[in-house]
Amino acid sequence: MSLLEVQNLRKSFGKTEVIREISFSLEKGEVLVIIGSSGSGKTTLLRCLNFLETPSGGKILVNGETLFDADSKVKISDGEIRKKRLHFGLVFQSFNLFPQYNVLKNVTLAAELLEKEKFKEEKTPHERRKERLDAIEVHAKELLDKVGLSEKMASYPCQLSGGQCQRVAIARALALSPDILCFDEPTSALDPELTGEVLKVIRGLKGGDRTMIVVTHEMEFARAVADRVIYMADGVIEEMGTPDEVFGSPKSEKTKAFLSNVL
Amino acid sequence: MFLPVTLRLLEGFGESLKIFALTLLFALPGGLIISFGSMSKFKPLKAVVRFVVWIVRGTPLMLQLLIIFYGPGLILPSVAEALPSGVVEVMPVWLYQWMLAPPLLDRFAAAIVAFSLNYACYFSEIYRGGIEGVPYGQYEAGQVLGMTKSQVFFKVVLMQVVKRILAPMSNEVITLVKDTSLARVISIYEIIWAGESFIKKGMIWPLFYTGAFYLIFSALLTWLFGKFEKKLSYYKI
Repeated sequence: MSLLEVQNLRKSFGKTEVIREISFSLEKGEVLVIIGSSGSGKTTLLRCLNFLETPSGGKILVNGETLFDADSKVKISDGEIRKKRLHFGLVFQSFNLFPQYNVLKNVTLAAELLEKEKFKEEKTPHERRKERLDAIEVHAKELLDKVGLSEKMASYPCQLSGGQCQRVAIARALALSPDILCFDEPTSALDPELTGEVLKVIRGLKGGDRTMIVVTHEMEFARAVADRVIYMADGVIEEMGTPDEVFGSPKSEKTKAFLSNVL
Repeated sequence: MFLPVTLRLLEGFGESLKIFALTLLFALPGGLIISFGSMSKFKPLKAVVRFVVWIVRGTPLMLQLLIIFYGPGLILPSVAEALPSGVVEVMPVWLYQWMLAPPLLDRFAAAIVAFSLNYACYFSEIYRGGIEGVPYGQYEAGQVLGMTKSQVFFKVVLMQVVKRILAPMSNEVITLVKDTSLARVISIYEIIWAGESFIKKGMIWPLFYTGAFYLIFSALLTWLFGKFEKKLSYYKI
């Protein structure tokens, strides 16, 4: 069984169809890179997966569990959407760090809030609470170490470079241990000399069980990190295959044209 | 003469400060509720709230004070008398009698109602500006991290709003100190009235003296807001 299955996903804004019939599946530990020119629907696809947009049609399944089904008449409550969201993590193009919190707090905040809700439900005794909150902090520190920012834990986002901000954002997304981590053009807002450090961190995350979907314009990076590549054009999957297939011997004319433009 | 004048003015200024403090107490949270109304996705609510804000911001506070103080006592009885007998028969007797002879509103209470309503409307627009100024990405970042709407608001957005609105709020709060003098139109004994009462005795300096009270108090507020701003300067938005 695939970890993620997307079936006939569609999304329109008014009369504009941004995504038309997209289906693909993703195995655990796989890295999927989505490329395509702007306006091809890549970002919208990620936003649908993260429930920031409601798809107009299709299904999304994770581990065989239906997270979204456009045909289902049952209205999903906000609380359920929240739970479903936690299967996915999203790293934004513009970081969206919380400016009023320091780096460590940016990483721990969401996990702490979730944990505190559990405390209330489970009526956790107070001495246990501190232990579990400490565990969150330890985990966050490990993640910050992994992205190379253990020295910046007490800094505020405004004191960091764009590349450092994006690395914090990656640690923040990892803190909730999502099944699938999505990156929406993680280096597009960065100065060219800063993209390297972010791409290196993402590359470092590959391996083991970590499943990722990366939307990017960095073709070399895409080729190096991807297990599978999707080229999207006009809201459909124009071509899908291994990096060698898509970059080495593209079949579709559109893919060829796109690649010869960007490479 | 200095000491008795000071005591009289202090008495008046005490009243001004009471209006100031109570108005903030009600208008600060009240404004937040109104701002939610004016941003509501429910169109009729939004329309009503924006209409009320327009009325309140578009008319003088002095007029609002007069209407809120005198209005109920003058309007309700004529409404009661104009009611068709069919309606009077079905409504509770106590309500009809209450409408015929409504109790006189306490002047101080009327002033607090008028000031709070007026300032809540102004604050609501400042809040709205502050809330709408927070980039949408902040909400989305909170959402994808599994936060509830209220967590996103209180843990992520609110502090950024506070920082954004500090400067316009300090403006309004300082204006409020001076606006309290309007309460005298419904005969509330505040500091300018106290100062003016000395004119009869041929003394003009107490009037200047009242100005000193306002100046010192607004200097205090300016200093306080400066402190807040400094406290929040550790991050940028």
